[in-house]
Amino acid sequence: MDAKLLQSRLLELIRRTSCELPPDVVRAVDKGWRREKAGTTAKYAFTVIRDNVVLARDKSQPICQDTGTIVCYVDRPRWITEREFTRAFEKAVVQATRIGYLRQNSVDSITGQNSGNNLGPGSPVIHFHETGAKAMTVRLMLKGGGSENVSAQYALPNTDLGAGRDLEGVRRCVLDAVNRAQGKGCGPGVLGVCVGGDRPTGFAAAKEQFFRQLDDTNPDRTLGRLEKRLLKEANSLGIGPMGFGGGTTVLGVKLTARNRVPASFYVSVSYMCWAYRRDGCRLSESGKVTRWLYS
Amino acid sequence: MILEAPFTEAKLRKFRVGDVVEITGLVYTGRDAVHKYLHEGGKPPVDLRNAIIYHCGPVVVREKGKWVVKAAGPTTSIREEPYQGPLMERYKIRGVIGKGGMGPKTLAACRKVGACYFHAIGGAAQVLAEKVVEVPDVHMLEEFGSPEAIWEFECVRFPVVVTMDSHGKSLHEKVAKGSAATLKRLIG
Repeated sequence: MDAKLLQSRLLELIRRTSCELPPDVVRAVDKGWRREKAGTTAKYAFTVIRDNVVLARDKSQPICQDTGTIVCYVDRPRWITEREFTRAFEKAVVQATRIGYLRQNSVDSITGQNSGNNLGPGSPVIHFHETGAKAMTVRLMLKGGGSENVSAQYALPNTDLGAGRDLEGVRRCVLDAVNRAQGKGCGPGVLGVCVGGDRPTGFAAAKEQFFRQLDDTNPDRTLGRLEKRLLKEANSLGIGPMGFGGGTTVLGVKLTARNRVPASFYVSVSYMCWAYRRDGCRLSESGKVTRWLYS
Repeated sequence: MILEAPFTEAKLRKFRVGDVVEITGLVYTGRDAVHKYLHEGGKPPVDLRNAIIYHCGPVVVREKGKWVVKAAGPTTSIREEPYQGPLMERYKIRGVIGKGGMGPKTLAACRKVGACYFHAIGGAAQVLAEKVVEVPDVHMLEEFGSPEAIWEFECVRFPVVVTMDSHGKSLHEKVAKGSAATLKRLIG
């Protein structure tokens, strides 16, 4: 594919991700809005959120000013190299920053200098997976710092929570994480949870859950049942949108599992804000977008 | 309810937790770098007396010689908890706009100074950016970078909810207490 064409396709992916809340998330937000009682601050929060979603789409401007960590997953066919993709993606990121689809969001952790164009060590994050398919699939997530800050990882057993190395222990960790987050992660949030793995793979797998459709069913029946139970129980905590109080504390819970070594049992809980920005597309070798994955 | 500049103590004392307020007047953005800088004795480049500080790292671009706000929602306030109270007392800052709420030090300062914590809707960067009608100036842009600079936002009817007032009440305290009790029941 022509490098310029790829860059323009990736710029459009960034624009859509930053400015347009995916349909499955919009449906969940609408459901929350209907659930909250008229005249409450919870209802008010949802009303502003819904107005904001429409406004961002119409103006083609970021839903949230924290355009987050740029996390990209690429299913890479043989016709493109990692270097070619990275070069095109970085150019698209710089361009998106100049236009204002992305905030200048990459800060040198030692000197405090903002690179001004979102490039730097570890930014953007790109994960490649080689695939035998003809088309390239690119998924993008923009995850804000507020939600990242309230994400949490537990090592079981945990005495304070009475959490042992089983699904009941997992349940306790997840509910504790929601309670600790209160409204600070821009709730109502969505939880991506990974049971097991080592620390980094656990968190990565937890985050990857956000690429699932919000209203899908977990193929694992045990995990599916726990997802439903946790959704109900988390909402019973009464934290509500923005932590104002109310019946909608989370919009979804997504669980997965990875094998672990006998000595470790991690529960990684990744929190996604209501401004759940993710999109993806399939690209043919000629540069045609053959499918948007979430609309 | 309406709050218009100047932001005097008498006006701020009237608000109670739960009030939905629209703020009109000049507001300064300030987040992590600014708070650390001021707390360590840095000289404020603007007059903070009767000021409202907005915890916000906006997207601002330069178009035709003017600053244009592209997105301007609140950032999480609790990170400023070590600094906010002392700064409010030192400069008589009358209001803080942010999200997620703040802790007991800030609540005590609200009471002492006659100030409020105003909760803006997190993530609502477009609704809020529309209320910023002008950006007269920016300070410390070079030192701190765009998201961390002090932007002057001229606001008209900027929508917020009072979640901490000058009478010692905090919605965040109340909600956290309730959820902790429910959690205890759930995982006993």
